[in-house]
Amino acid sequence: MTFNRNFGQGDKVKAAEAITPDKGWKDLPIGGIIPAAGNAESYETGDWRTFRPVCISEKCVHCLMCWRFCPDSAIIPEDGKFKQFDYHHCKGCGICVNVCPTKAIYFVSEDEISKADSEEKEKI
Amino acid sequence: MNKRVALTGNEAVAQAMKQINPDVVAAYPITPQTEIVQFFSSFVANGQVDTEFVTVESEHSAMSATVGAAAAGARAMTATSANGLALMWEVLYIAASNRLPIVMPVVNRALSAPINIHCDHSDSMGARDSGWIQLYSENAQEAYDNMIQAVKIAENPKVLLPVMVTMDGFIISHALENLEIIDDESVKNFIGTYKPDHYLLNAENPITMGPLDLYDFYFEHKRQQAEAMKNAKDVILEVAGEFKKLTGREYGFFEAYKLDDAEIAVIILNSAAGTAKDVVDELRAQGKKAGLLKLRVFRPFPYEEIAAAVKNVKALAVMDRAETFSNFGGPVFAPVRSALFDMKNDIKVVNYIYGLGGRDVVPEDVARVYADLEKIKETGKYDNLITYLGVRE
Repeated sequence: MTFNRNFGQGDKVKAAEAITPDKGWKDLPIGGIIPAAGNAESYETGDWRTFRPVCISEKCVHCLMCWRFCPDSAIIPEDGKFKQFDYHHCKGCGICVNVCPTKAIYFVSEDEISKADSEEKEKI
Repeated sequence: MNKRVALTGNEAVAQAMKQINPDVVAAYPITPQTEIVQFFSSFVANGQVDTEFVTVESEHSAMSATVGAAAAGARAMTATSANGLALMWEVLYIAASNRLPIVMPVVNRALSAPINIHCDHSDSMGARDSGWIQLYSENAQEAYDNMIQAVKIAENPKVLLPVMVTMDGFIISHALENLEIIDDESVKNFIGTYKPDHYLLNAENPITMGPLDLYDFYFEHKRQQAEAMKNAKDVILEVAGEFKKLTGREYGFFEAYKLDDAEIAVIILNSAAGTAKDVVDELRAQGKKAGLLKLRVFRPFPYEEIAAAVKNVKALAVMDRAETFSNFGGPVFAPVRSALFDMKNDIKVVNYIYGLGGRDVVPEDVARVYADLEKIKETGKYDNLITYLGVRE
């Protein structure tokens, strides 16, 4: 199974010139147009998330139901197998958790993850 | 070959649209604009233009379809009046902010309520801050000429803003006038082919238009629009210069009529300027130094040029065919008075609200304004800052 995130445009997709917060009004495209296609990928929407899906790899049978149902293309498969989540774009809707027939995917609160992260840092 | 013809204002504008031959016209009828799109639809039906004519269910849709067509890369137009323009309101901002060079004739008509189909400027003045360039026209000739210049102004890469061309409802739109029209080929050459840099139907370079633009970039885009309005000033004069070469007819930000040595003057827009010119002529014959400034470009507002043009008058009246209900006069009054602030002079400026809902303004009315100015000039004082001219007390 092949998976192309650029909807058929493949390598032809030009990255838009990065519009960064330091750009002034003279630097921006006129009328707010986005002058190149396929750049939604570089726009990170994963920080809206409250819960993140986590996969227990031993339970995963690689049916890719999660990939089929994910509304954000945030499941990254490889060679027809589940590989990982794209946490830059996963908004934590929980559909994958619900459709997984083997209950391999579960939800973890982002709060707990950041708490665990900071405890980890404190130990160091 | 240019030729002289007798046309109503609406016919003249429809004629200009025929010669411009836009790719798309989306339109909805509203009095007194109806005839423009009616005439134009017959040009489409008769194959005299190759325009895609879109009949829509409201002015909101008319402007939306025009925005869509312009975004796709078409030269697109529509036309409206009064409540129709008000219904387009939110889409006017979208046209301007997306920098789509749409040209739209607006046949000035009063806004309800009470319902009134006759002329005043409350419609176009209500839209004055939507980011559209506004050209006002004294007569059918000017409406026709402004339409053709508007295309070239709007599409200039330094501008890329929509342009509204106004004329007074019924007074100009339905009155027959003798005017000179340019031949089709010259109009075609004058406006040239429209080649937008970015458009949605360009498969070679796909773009997105009208995306979300929050506090991080919205302000910058508004600043760009303000700059485009600033650039429009030069472009308007540039286009007027080329138009003069083509037709011999001269256009600027305004027409200064016997203003050079005037001591009393009136600022006025659209058809009533014709009446005022007659009054000025009569006063001049009596040896009175009366003058007139007929404003053509209201957005961008040429404040420095206006201030310079009236700097030597002693008393000035700004005549507004619209009310702002600010209790501080009409929409032209406040910016004109403000423009004079830095001039360090002693010009007395008063406001006259006139002609609302099509109330006739006759030479006697304008003569009364000049008589008031004469008194203000002599005494240095005025009784009323704002006068409602021709209203029954």
